[in-house]
Amino acid sequence: MTTIYIMWLREMKKFFRNKSRLVGALGQPLLFLLALGYGLGSVFRAAGQGNYIEFLAPGIIGMSIIFGSVFNGMSLIWDRQFGFLKETLVAPVSRINIMFGRTLGGATTAAFQGVVVLAITLFVGFHPTSWGLVIPAVLVMLLIGLLFNAVGLLGGALFSDFQGFQLIMNFVVMPLFFLSGSLFPLQGAPAALQWIARFDPLAYGIDAMRGLLIGSSVYGVWFDFGILAAVAVVFLGLASWAFSRIQV
Amino acid sequence: MAESIIEVQNLIKTFGEVEAVKDISFSVERGERFAFLGPNGAGKSTTIKMLTTLLSPTAGTLRIDGHDPVADPAAVRKSFGIVFQDPSLDDDLTAWENMEFHGVLYGMPTATRRSRIEELLRFVELDDRKNSLVKEFSGGMKRRLEIARGLLHHPKIIFLDEPTLGLDPQTRNHMWQYLEKLNSDEGVTVFFTTHYMDEADRVAERIAVIDHGKIIATGSGAQLKQQTGTHSLEEAFLALTGREIREESAQNRMQAVHRARSR
Repeated sequence: MTTIYIMWLREMKKFFRNKSRLVGALGQPLLFLLALGYGLGSVFRAAGQGNYIEFLAPGIIGMSIIFGSVFNGMSLIWDRQFGFLKETLVAPVSRINIMFGRTLGGATTAAFQGVVVLAITLFVGFHPTSWGLVIPAVLVMLLIGLLFNAVGLLGGALFSDFQGFQLIMNFVVMPLFFLSGSLFPLQGAPAALQWIARFDPLAYGIDAMRGLLIGSSVYGVWFDFGILAAVAVVFLGLASWAFSRIQV
Repeated sequence: MAESIIEVQNLIKTFGEVEAVKDISFSVERGERFAFLGPNGAGKSTTIKMLTTLLSPTAGTLRIDGHDPVADPAAVRKSFGIVFQDPSLDDDLTAWENMEFHGVLYGMPTATRRSRIEELLRFVELDDRKNSLVKEFSGGMKRRLEIARGLLHHPKIIFLDEPTLGLDPQTRNHMWQYLEKLNSDEGVTVFFTTHYMDEADRVAERIAVIDHGKIIATGSGAQLKQQTGTHSLEEAFLALTGREIREESAQNRMQAVHRARSR
């Protein structure tokens, strides 16, 4: 328990101390929101899909969480490069607690970013259907954060250098993001694409947030919740296993 | 007490085709001050990594305080503290937070933890900088903090891999005085590597010299000098290991071999 807490606390301290990272983490989603939201809004409307900002906002929140989370998980590579990793490797505590504390810390900061992005979307015309459902939506953010922190940690445990980070970003995170239905509705996409997207856990996260924030879900919020939680547990297990096998 | 706290039998470690540690056996008595000497790339750090659960051996048996680092890493991890050769602090945390983090991970009760952190920070003369971020520290200050951290949880064994590298003579003396006191008062076993031969001669009760992955001599400083017919440990060391200059660590050598192959 204390292991989980101290690992969580470390993530908090590092995140809130790093002002440039805080600002940088918000820049990208903001750019996507404004450029795509205003740029494609009229096309979206003309296609009879309604208000694009409403559709896009949950996707952009999801984007800020997945990018922040994977980046955070992969910071294990930084720990390895700068040596701190060894301090945790020789600590007489269970590997799963170390990984869980880290994941929880990363998920908390990711959900925090998600909430800030949500607040920003309110200024560009997004309004959730029910304020009461914002709280479970934050829970979904936390869950997406847990899942992708674990994915990032797995990547960080498997790769020892920054090239590995680029690999994960370009071949895992970007495809997951584009296939998640964050930017466009998957319903209109070719069948093959829709089929692949069924294996994208982020798609369920975005779906759950749309369900809670704009009242439109394809799979059902509880189903999304179940998938996210199950996949998060699997990746946490994998990350712990990979971490226990690290040799320096 | 004659019981061995560290026991190494026929230990082998290979990285690909490079044999970093070639069938070494030695033991360290409880409460002993033991120096592990050798030129760069001789296999010192690789051996320490295997003793401290960071690397698994290719073959051989290890016992640390009666436990096997491969089969029961948790028990082994509880028994030692370590000061690594390269930095292992979190630069984005303060000195105090680095200590606190360590104390919590090692399950120290809050009150003991706080008072001991105070005491150790005072000892390494960092108490006035305890709330500064480690990234603002000089190399020597970081080293001192790592030494304090390695001792925080009252380990039975303290591993020090070139702990005095980059320290001024004042700090070095101060540090050894403290470690010797800890050793005589609390019976902490001290296992260290160093390139300063005078330091090894002065501090260590027993010395093992490793070269090219093999232990080539063991004994007290006096015994090694006598064995080689020399007057200082430095001369004895050179007589044992030759004067040829070595490069890189065994692990780097292995990576270089891999790189050369993949080209």
